Amino acid sequence: MRVGFFVTCLVDLMRPAIGFAAIKLLEAGGAEVFVPATQTCCGQPGYNSGDRDGAIALATKLVAEFEACDYLVAPSGSCTGMIKTHYADLFRDDAPMLARAEALGARTFELTDFLVNVLKLDAVPGTFAGTVTYHDSCAGLREMGVKAQPRALLARMPGVRLNEMTECETCCGFGGTFSIKYGEIATRLADDKCGHIAASGADAVVLGDLGCMLNIEGRLRRRGDRRTRVLHIAELLAGD
Amino acid sequence: MQIASMHFKERAHDNMGNAQLQGNLQKIKGKFVAKRRQSLVELDDVEATREAARAIRQRALDNLDVWLEMFERNATARGATVLWAETPADVNRHVLAIAARHGVGKIIKSKSMVSEESALDRAIEAAGLDVVETDLGEYILQINDYEPPSHIIGPALHKSKEEVSDLFARVHGTARKVEINELCLEARQMLRKHYLSADMGISGGNFFVAETGSVVLVTNEGNATLTTTLPDVHVAISGIEKIVPTLEDVATLMRMLPRSATGQSISNYVDLLTGIRGEGEFHGARHMYFILVDAGRSAVLGSEVSEALRCIRCGACMNHCPVYQSIGGHSYGWVYPGPIGSILTPSYIGLENALDLPQASTLCNQCGVVCPVKIPLPDLLRKLREQQFARRLRPWSERAGLRLWSWLAARPRLFGASTRIGVRMLRWLGGRDSLIHRLPLGRGWTDGRDMPAPAGRTFRELYAARRADGGQR
Repeated sequence: MRVGFFVTCLVDLMRPAIGFAAIKLLEAGGAEVFVPATQTCCGQPGYNSGDRDGAIALATKLVAEFEACDYLVAPSGSCTGMIKTHYADLFRDDAPMLARAEALGARTFELTDFLVNVLKLDAVPGTFAGTVTYHDSCAGLREMGVKAQPRALLARMPGVRLNEMTECETCCGFGGTFSIKYGEIATRLADDKCGHIAASGADAVVLGDLGCMLNIEGRLRRRGDRRTRVLHIAELLAGD
Repeated sequence: MQIASMHFKERAHDNMGNAQLQGNLQKIKGKFVAKRRQSLVELDDVEATREAARAIRQRALDNLDVWLEMFERNATARGATVLWAETPADVNRHVLAIAARHGVGKIIKSKSMVSEESALDRAIEAAGLDVVETDLGEYILQINDYEPPSHIIGPALHKSKEEVSDLFARVHGTARKVEINELCLEARQMLRKHYLSADMGISGGNFFVAETGSVVLVTNEGNATLTTTLPDVHVAISGIEKIVPTLEDVATLMRMLPRSATGQSISNYVDLLTGIRGEGEFHGARHMYFILVDAGRSAVLGSEVSEALRCIRCGACMNHCPVYQSIGGHSYGWVYPGPIGSILTPSYIGLENALDLPQASTLCNQCGVVCPVKIPLPDLLRKLREQQFARRLRPWSERAGLRLWSWLAARPRLFGASTRIGVRMLRWLGGRDSLIHRLPLGRGWTDGRDMPAPAGRTFRELYAARRADGGQR
């Protein structure tokens, strides 16, 4: 099984360790991981900001890079959501590309979904002792149906105790360029999220998308919380 | 209504700093959400009902001209008069002409958001007539010098009980009441005399039924029933998109509307008004008018965002929107706030008059998944963003930034080289604690949050290095 790993631009630039953790998990599940060297961005920033042409160019590039693989997996709900649910809109007037994009979309998976439902990963290599709370990122939850999968994986880590926060499905306020254009509103939403995280009493907030991760961590630290760790699910599951 | 949508950012800022408003928003937050969820459990198959509601509304829009003509025929056959308003000003003109024809001095009004579009109350008063809002929320706003509504089903939801107590005591000149029951009773006493002395009643219209020429009113206070049956003249005003083909369709939509709106299985009152009072009939207006309002809707019909016209005005999108819940409805600056308003407002008053609204969403899609008629709200917001981008309505810097990003990301080697430099610089900026406290071009971020610094090496360079080392990880 040849799995094309799309690292995503944010993991590439900000947290490369998450990329290596994801590869470790995929290989632990028996996948042969292939990392196209020319990959960059799925086109989501342009698509969500109205730059359709820019998004089409990057989507076309990504499809060509990954369509030879059996699957495309990425450690992000929003990037895989982009590929699986929005590429069809980008190529609505281009039948040959639409067919290729839809074929790839059908084989595109968010990391934890893939680990649980395709690889059926039994043993999780990482170890962690403490209480965690899980933030459901918007695209992962509402576009990719990621809800039970990360929790099922966490349940396979004996030292992990999951304390659900209230409003775990509410947006953290990231929203891509929204987080800068409407920084004050984004901060307010992130602050609400941080309040719920604090109230959960967890040692770490775990999540599956880099945007939320930077937003939540950024607000936690500004609030003066240096203790609560912010971890991508792949890091937690893979250990070091 | 005065348009203030171009001041979104300032208003949102002010409203987030308004402790009273924030307290009020906090109190209602979650109530609608919980009630909706509980009430939907009663349905055998929520998703199938939702899909049926979507299909009904879409069918109505797909042949809107046919249904509108059928409605006009059937309403006219039952003695009503159907008037068409192409612009908001036409609405006011029609209402004043009707009032003049019947020698009307006082008008009572149940809730109509469409009439807010044309500031109908002000126009009525300017013509020297009296108008009294009878929906409790609308009444509160009217006596507070026509404060704008902040929510489409609870126009005064932004006000606390205490604020209403103060307002009533001041305007009514009565002793200050503290219990909600007492306040309701006082409003009822004030309104009762107007019901009995009004010459004309104006209502909105939740649905216009094509096959019968009827209007359906969904309310909780009973004021719409009194407004539409006590005076001799009844005028129902609503948008042309509110048409549904059959009564059967109304039955299906009513399974979704009150549940999505207030979490009720059914609203306290559902009025189905068909034709004028006939011979020997006890109830109903003697003169019935329908004003069907276009005011931008037909242009939306043929546009990329036409699905927004399926809206049945339940308010679930704003009740579930974290942005709306934080900034309140007034921030949006026109009649319709929240996610649906961010589509309708630019569509009705011009994209250039509401530059922030399509952007002021995280696209979290909480609205899309609760919409009872499956309007893909985030997708429609994106369509408007595309139009803004194409029409150069966004700042050049934003446009240039996006173009630069896609240009760079389309060139992997250059992307790799420049990001390698970029992450090192940001890593350095992050200092010892790996947090950037102030980002020169990203104040929007760092004014309220730190920016966690990048690790300092990109994944792609590390991966390439590992491969070069013989694939050891």
